Amino acid sequence: MTTLTLAKALNEGMRKAMEDDPKVLIMGEDVGKLGGVFRVTDGLQKDFGEQRVIDTPLAESGIIGTAIGLALRGYRPVCEIQFDGFVFPAADQIITQLAKMPLRSLGKLKLPVVVRIPCGGGIGAVEHHSESPEAYFTHTGGLRVVACSNPVDAYTMIQQAIRCDDPVVFFEPKRRYWEKAEVDTSADSAGWTPFDRAQIVRPGTDLTLIAYGPMVKICLEAAAAAEEDGRSLEVVDLRSLNPLDVARVTESVRRTGRCVVVHEAPVYNGFGAEVAARVTEKCFYNLEAPVLRVGGPSTPYPPSRLEDYYLPDLDRVLDAVDRAFRF
Amino acid sequence: MTAEAPHGAEAPSELVQLLTPEGERVEHPDYDIDLTPEEIRGLYRDLVLVRRVDLEAVALQRQGELGIWASLLGQEAAQIGSGRALTEADMAFPTYREHGVAWCRGVDPVNLLGMFRGVNHGGWDPAEHNFHLYTIVIGSQTLHAVGYAMGVQRDSAEAATIVYFGDGATSQGDVNESFIWASVFNAPVVFFCQNNQWAISEPLEKQSRIPLYRRASGFGFPGVRVDGNDVFACLAVTRKALADARSGQGPMLIEAFTYRMGAHTTADDPTRYRVAGELEAWKLKDPIERVRAYMFKNQIADQDFFDAIDAEADELGGDVRKRCLALPDPEPLAIFDHVYAEPHGLMDSERAEFATYLEGFEG
Repeated sequence: MTTLTLAKALNEGMRKAMEDDPKVLIMGEDVGKLGGVFRVTDGLQKDFGEQRVIDTPLAESGIIGTAIGLALRGYRPVCEIQFDGFVFPAADQIITQLAKMPLRSLGKLKLPVVVRIPCGGGIGAVEHHSESPEAYFTHTGGLRVVACSNPVDAYTMIQQAIRCDDPVVFFEPKRRYWEKAEVDTSADSAGWTPFDRAQIVRPGTDLTLIAYGPMVKICLEAAAAAEEDGRSLEVVDLRSLNPLDVARVTESVRRTGRCVVVHEAPVYNGFGAEVAARVTEKCFYNLEAPVLRVGGPSTPYPPSRLEDYYLPDLDRVLDAVDRAFRF
Repeated sequence: MTAEAPHGAEAPSELVQLLTPEGERVEHPDYDIDLTPEEIRGLYRDLVLVRRVDLEAVALQRQGELGIWASLLGQEAAQIGSGRALTEADMAFPTYREHGVAWCRGVDPVNLLGMFRGVNHGGWDPAEHNFHLYTIVIGSQTLHAVGYAMGVQRDSAEAATIVYFGDGATSQGDVNESFIWASVFNAPVVFFCQNNQWAISEPLEKQSRIPLYRRASGFGFPGVRVDGNDVFACLAVTRKALADARSGQGPMLIEAFTYRMGAHTTADDPTRYRVAGELEAWKLKDPIERVRAYMFKNQIADQDFFDAIDAEADELGGDVRKRCLALPDPEPLAIFDHVYAEPHGLMDSERAEFATYLEGFEG
């Protein structure tokens, strides 16, 4: 067991992947000498060289477009998009090319490209540095979309994403980069939870809180607080948004009878809408209350002095839990 | 300052040309080429056969058998010249109009039609032919080509990459980003721009105020303009650019100065945006007629040869037509195939639900 921050766990995961497979490449802006603006790729260029850890020109479409070409040549590029709000210049390459090329080739081409995106708010950043663009990508067939929430998952999921023959959009909760946990880096990967599987991270009996990425921790805190009020909340970390682990989510809600979905992105047309619809369809006769959603308003991300109002916090989650119990 | 008029009848002076529109062989200090009579007959055959495939496809579209078709009429020399410059190890990234290059790479023409008929999005194996799928989003493939070339570099392979795009594509961000990437990484890639003068209805003046080949110098690599209706010149220039790329000399931009004789696709009407005189002027520069004239004059082929090629073209056209009409529609559940390489829960459940729904109609 090693104590690792989430950022360091990603770093160790990528290091392991690069050691295991010489075709794995890291590419992006400032990923080399600087080690990335969050230092997630720290030291990799020093150890693997400039041919495998590529400092690219400053152009996001170019990063993904050339990664596609490298993947066509048999490489497995792991691209870093510096901040969530900067993925949009690359959205065309991700949506029109990366997602669809395997289908266009009738399966003859594989594109094992990972697009790492530090996501979400809570770090007091300027505009375009705190967004949650996951719904754009979950809406695109051909992409896998996953989000890690803790160092253990960060370490395993990044390696699973790199090994996967499908393109993967990999969200990293940037405000959790510095949080630590014990990670067993010697465990056999055969025993890891598949990265398209949701996990119950806290069992409970009265209501299911569903979250992913940065909101998992908030939900765990909410569940601890609710326990003092005599309510037993179960917390499910989705981990994978596409595909969604419908079976695990609905199994939980059938037991608890109540469901609240929590994310940072705007509620309107957000990923929570998909979860709520699936849960309602599959668990209609088990539900004691409508599925409720907690998230941001349908506005652009506000200036950071207001982000505490925008981001779901303990009180907003507990308020939704109260509403669910009032039905 | 005024923009140069790029699509007049007179060829610009900086044009590399080895065969005049009248079929006269001319020398060029940097790009001369020595072709055997057999090689010349081979190029002529390619030109005629791809034109025939193209005409057949246009006819099939007119008869409702293809949803749309992007004709290569007028651009045969640019495509055959560059396509025949490639070695087997080289990789080509096309747009959706490179039927002639596909021919050179051994792709069955019927596979090209499948996409336009709507039975698939590209039915050939890119790795088998070293010819990538057609790309419809303008300019996206230039970045794929550069990335692929960076892979070639890492493999220390004896190969180059060529990427095709049009004059309109040069306005795209991706094309400009690909120039930057290729330049700073010294990638073994040849950018082959077929300047056919028109981006659907927009003339070159809407894309650029300087000749396109000169853009390369701003990115730090050489550019050259070649007579795109001259198959010898296209072959010579591309062959040298590919050889330079393979030997580590980095990227090159080739602007093949040519003309799209037909519509952008069968969906548009060029008479709405261009004058008939322009078309007539370019007809005099036909890429096939000049090779034919040269071969006649130099006794490289006789009438029997030309008749035999014409007969072969007719047979090919008929064969392509027959096999196009026989292309089966895919099975409905094929919608869910190949979206993901590995098992995917959403696909599995949607496929199962759709299959159950379809089974409801049986019996």
